[in-house]
Amino acid sequence: MKTEYDQLVKDLAPRTFGWKGNTWLAFLAAIILVGLYSYVQQLRQGLVITGMRDYALWGIYISNFVFFVAISLVGSLITAILRLSGVRWSTPLTRISEIIAVAAIAMAGITIMIDMGRPDRIFNLVLHGRLQSPIIWDVIVISTYLVLSLLFLYYPLLPDFKILGDSSPYGNLRNWYSRLSFNWSGNRAQKKIYNTSIMLLSVLIIPVAFAIHTVTAWLFETTYRPGWDSTNFGPYFVAGAFVAGSGVVIAIMFVLRKAYGLENYITDSHFDKMAKVLVMLCLVYLYFNINEYLMPTYKSTQEEAAHLRSLFYGEYAWIFWVVMLGGLLVPVVILLFPKGRKPVPIFVVSLAIVLGAWWKRYLIVIPTLSHPFLPIQGVPESWHHYSPTWMEWSITFATLAAALLIITLCVRFLPIVPIHETAEERGLVEDRGISHSI
Amino acid sequence: MSNENKTEGKTRRSFVEQGLKLGLFAAGGVLLNKALESEVEAQDAVEVMSTDGVLMQVPSSAVAHHHDETKSTYHPREGFPGRKFVMVVDLAKCRNARKCQSSCNKNHYITGENAWIKIYKMQDSGSSSPYWQPTLCQHCDEPPCVKVCPVDATFKRRDGIVLIDTDRCIGCRFCMAACPYSVRVFNWSDPAQTELIEQAAYSPDYAGVPGKKGTVDKCDFCPHMIDKGEMPHCVTACPNDVFSFGDMYEDTVTNGSGQSFKLSRLLKERAGYRLMENLGTEPSVCYLPPSDRAVDFEEGLGNYSEYESVTKTEQP
Repeated sequence: MKTEYDQLVKDLAPRTFGWKGNTWLAFLAAIILVGLYSYVQQLRQGLVITGMRDYALWGIYISNFVFFVAISLVGSLITAILRLSGVRWSTPLTRISEIIAVAAIAMAGITIMIDMGRPDRIFNLVLHGRLQSPIIWDVIVISTYLVLSLLFLYYPLLPDFKILGDSSPYGNLRNWYSRLSFNWSGNRAQKKIYNTSIMLLSVLIIPVAFAIHTVTAWLFETTYRPGWDSTNFGPYFVAGAFVAGSGVVIAIMFVLRKAYGLENYITDSHFDKMAKVLVMLCLVYLYFNINEYLMPTYKSTQEEAAHLRSLFYGEYAWIFWVVMLGGLLVPVVILLFPKGRKPVPIFVVSLAIVLGAWWKRYLIVIPTLSHPFLPIQGVPESWHHYSPTWMEWSITFATLAAALLIITLCVRFLPIVPIHETAEERGLVEDRGISHSI
Repeated sequence: MSNENKTEGKTRRSFVEQGLKLGLFAAGGVLLNKALESEVEAQDAVEVMSTDGVLMQVPSSAVAHHHDETKSTYHPREGFPGRKFVMVVDLAKCRNARKCQSSCNKNHYITGENAWIKIYKMQDSGSSSPYWQPTLCQHCDEPPCVKVCPVDATFKRRDGIVLIDTDRCIGCRFCMAACPYSVRVFNWSDPAQTELIEQAAYSPDYAGVPGKKGTVDKCDFCPHMIDKGEMPHCVTACPNDVFSFGDMYEDTVTNGSGQSFKLSRLLKERAGYRLMENLGTEPSVCYLPPSDRAVDFEEGLGNYSEYESVTKTEQP
């Protein structure tokens, strides 16, 4: 049994990067550097370097921000909701999900700061914050979620850090792992605290997760603009967030499984089950999309009708139909078949879902702004159409690269699949009272 | 003893004498003062409007002067106490002369590409008659912009004016998203005003002086002019008396030519309305419908430029 246990630890322990890993890091660093250059220009010249103007007053910075908040909900889904439901198969995926959640919510915070006209005055949010403003609600819930997610990532790492601290091949990092394990010994008293803490976190993080994306939806719903003035927005955003986040988890778990040879731990069955979860989430999201886009066609005001026209067969029709069909409907159909739930098809589908999710948020933010109540007059013609500049794109790509960088660094130093929980599930370690379902 | 009495008597007398002299002098002074005052007051007549809308002259002494006492307590965030400013825009008179726009642009040193007052070419539906609609900040009583500001940079004062403190604004543009009238503009780059303006002492009640990169700006109802007892720039600049500005509590508005009207009667007789009333924003700007127009709509087309509201000549 010990040798099997040793094998498990060897399989799941973090490894140094080979040339592939280092090339990936260099690639991400390059993208981030270009973005940093653009951001310095933005600090010096102002937001004029973007394609935003007085009508398209929010652009891809904001849609990117919404995307990041959406992705971050997957942490609460996989680690909290599934755990509380007594699901055991999702255990290998909890670490990846939580890493993604932390990276996404941290980058959401940074992305919104990038959109500020005066980031030098960021402390005004604290010094002069108005509790009546949805932005302040967002600051509060996002900070709360970041803290909870970090804790939720850290607590299950305690036993793993102990294991890594004890294991032989991990030389100079061993000290750090031991220190970070904070004298975890796995005794009865510690296990009791551990179980209670995890259970509390699981329960707490779910309403906070719902809150972050509902409040983000309210940034739009608290305005009068057609396309945003929808009572559907809160639940619609939350449903979409679960879809997008699940897509990201599947994509990353496929890549990591291949890169680290984790077929023993992330099996085809895991992909099959995640695909079924994804289908269910997509159907729920489809339901909200029907409420958001199909029902208003029955009756709408002049402004709403103009907005829907621009989506269905106007300026944004291409993006709209590719996103709806390629990013939602076709994936659902593919995943309904068992053959479609094999790792490679699911991976392709998940990429389509993630890309679709990013452009869906673009469709939520930009088209509404091109239909203000009063006609667009008295401004240059270029102001009638929003076109992000290359600098704006480079900054956006840099934030996406930074999220991937955070994930990559976590994968480099943390065990991607929880070592201790997997060992216990396989009966390789005496189960001294730790429960997985709660 | 009698000697002491004599000296006491002398000092007592001189005391009484001095007292009487002082008293007479004081009394004389007071009477003189009063005489002078009443002289000045008798010359001073003030024009006021009676409750049934009749303009008349009354002696200044009959009128209670409140404004002078409160001058020292004025604070840009609180505004002029005891006043509630409103504006009336007469669409029947507007010919798209755009003098309001040039005056506002010049006097607020606007260097961007979006003016704070824009004269929209409006046509409510396919078959209805087109008209010119000067649109500026409505200084709503239920302002959606103030509601959403995260840092209290935009605020509503007790005198009804909604202002922006561009020293506090963080440039999130949520107020711009919330405003249904599209009256707010953003300083996407450094406004590049003259050095004189850039070094001016900033106060929220003189918007744009100086303007700041990364902050929001809009019409401020010109408190800096009201403070001098004058009208906002758009009101005085309009050659067609389209704008009237005044105080709701006094039920009076005055146009650029100096003619005053009883506000409630004006709105009743001319069927005044407000923009997007159904949104519940409670604007402080009322519009008089474009009926019985002074000139045809087409006369304003020559001055219409769809893609420009701030010309280079207006920029300092």
